[in-house]
Amino acid sequence: MELLFALVIGALTASGVYLLLRARTFPVIMGLTLLSYGVNLFLFASGRLATGQQPVIGTTTSYSDPLPQALVLTAIVIGFAMTAFLVVLSLRNLADNENDHVDGPREEILPESKQEQEASSK
Amino acid sequence: MTHWLIAPILIPLLGGILQVFMGYAPISLRRTLAIATTVLMLVSAVVLLALASDGSYRAYAFGNWQPPFGIVLVLDRLAALMLVLTAVLGLFCHIYASGGADEGNRQFHTLFLFQLMGLNIAFLTGDLFNLFVAFEVLLIASYGLLMHGGGTTRTVPGLHYVTLNLAGSALFLISVGMIYSVTGTLNMADLAVKIPQVSGNNLNLVKAGGMMLLVVFGLKAAILPLCFWLPKAYARATAPVAALFAVMTKVGIYAIVRIYPLIFGEGAGELANLGMDWLFPLALVTLSMGVIGALGADNLKTLVAWQVIISVGTLLAPIALGSEAGLSAALFYLVSTTWTVAALFLVSELVASQRGTAADSIVTAPQMRHRTFLSVLFLIGAVAAAGLPPLGGFFGKLLILKAVEPGTQMAWLWGVLLAGGFFTLIAYSRAGSIVFWWNVDGHLETPEPLNNRVAISTGILTCLTLLIVILAGPLSDYTRATAEQLYDNRGYINILQTPVHVPQNPLVGEVN
Repeated sequence: MELLFALVIGALTASGVYLLLRARTFPVIMGLTLLSYGVNLFLFASGRLATGQQPVIGTTTSYSDPLPQALVLTAIVIGFAMTAFLVVLSLRNLADNENDHVDGPREEILPESKQEQEASSK
Repeated sequence: MTHWLIAPILIPLLGGILQVFMGYAPISLRRTLAIATTVLMLVSAVVLLALASDGSYRAYAFGNWQPPFGIVLVLDRLAALMLVLTAVLGLFCHIYASGGADEGNRQFHTLFLFQLMGLNIAFLTGDLFNLFVAFEVLLIASYGLLMHGGGTTRTVPGLHYVTLNLAGSALFLISVGMIYSVTGTLNMADLAVKIPQVSGNNLNLVKAGGMMLLVVFGLKAAILPLCFWLPKAYARATAPVAALFAVMTKVGIYAIVRIYPLIFGEGAGELANLGMDWLFPLALVTLSMGVIGALGADNLKTLVAWQVIISVGTLLAPIALGSEAGLSAALFYLVSTTWTVAALFLVSELVASQRGTAADSIVTAPQMRHRTFLSVLFLIGAVAAAGLPPLGGFFGKLLILKAVEPGTQMAWLWGVLLAGGFFTLIAYSRAGSIVFWWNVDGHLETPEPLNNRVAISTGILTCLTLLIVILAGPLSDYTRATAEQLYDNRGYINILQTPVHVPQNPLVGEVN
């Protein structure tokens, strides 16, 4: 279970970081979302992985750590609010600049050859 | 257990909630209430300063939980100093904002007060995860404030700012998780007890967590590789917001000062002085980068935004020395530089409002209105920022120069700081002489006259640097005592022994 869990966290984080480095706002938001999933799972794992145990002392001989669960809950709520804000902000960016590039509108003039290539491919 | 500790959090919280429901009330009423809230917050901060100046620690346990298990607020000299610093800054920015900058968005005062609340939580909290929450509270308010006033120019820097801080939050959570997985606690006092006992493989885990935490705080404080978001975002924000943001980078520095001497201090065994050898060169490079940016700035606000980065470098270099004298000097400089930079943001906005289309660009333009008043304020701000005698910045830099022991570090620090100061002076002289002296003939469409609130708040905030000069003795005594308190972490650990409040009449009949 530990290996699977670690692989999942790794995959989520790696895809998150990759998408975060993209130049359009939509992949960036997706990247941040995946990253926050990975982080939340990581945070959850910091209380050790255990199945079928209650986070209450005294009910069974062994118990799972309740604190990371509370931390993850807080982190999820905060992450959700922040992502919502970021979505609105990037829509605003799209509306303002008619472009969803993260650096806003560029004075973009494609090289001649590339324009021709695109024209010919159409 | 005194209940005063919660006051700087509750006052802006309640004031802010009140503002939420008053979105459609007359603006004069909203302004009066909002400023009254900030004044009350300043009063509570001063009370806490008076409480803290006896050198003891006061803890406030939420929900009456015994410290390592519940969240605590901790008041010591450093927290009180930061609270007063922020409250004074917040008050003048708020008065400035009520001179007209708060129009156009009904929730401006709400966001402003929540921002102050987030800052106060960050300064008072004694729990690492609660520090994360405080960061998020102040950040989400700052996202809103940064966008305030609209304009397409603010969207892109805002997007960068939000994305970077979200990535920073992710890193913060990872490092908190790493530290928690080894120590099983996030209470700072308890961490200071547990970290020295860590050994074996766990050591690397805590070390990685600690270093990542430094990256997060470095992002908030805008240390060099992580500082490029700052100038654009700050230069385009509305003046009172940019001025309030002058304290936001200081939150990162506060977190470094709070956590590293306490948890990774001398007594931390193998983890002692974690990361401090990285911080010193980075601080000097940050300082140099800020100076280069200031020299290349093409408008006043960008110039001041780079000044924020210069002051971050200047502050972190003595902190990284790891000596009491260094920390004391840094805290002294912190007070002076925060107010000065904030005042310069306000002055730049006033200059921009009086120059028509030239705004705050460093170009020749027709003579502005109120030239004498504005140029004197700019002169005071620039002299204090560049660190020339006789103003506050000079004493701060002098203390920093005196704090370093002779050796390689001294050569680097003196060289970079003095050369940096010289080039900063050039940047300000260039900007000031072009903007204020080199006027061309021409017609300037009549700008709006300065209103009293704006002029008075900017004037007083600028002149606070004179107050620092007058009170330099008591202030440096206070910062020295603060530094001593910070490097002796036994006092902080003692809050674990704080007895919880036992109710007079315990409930009869326990629930089973």
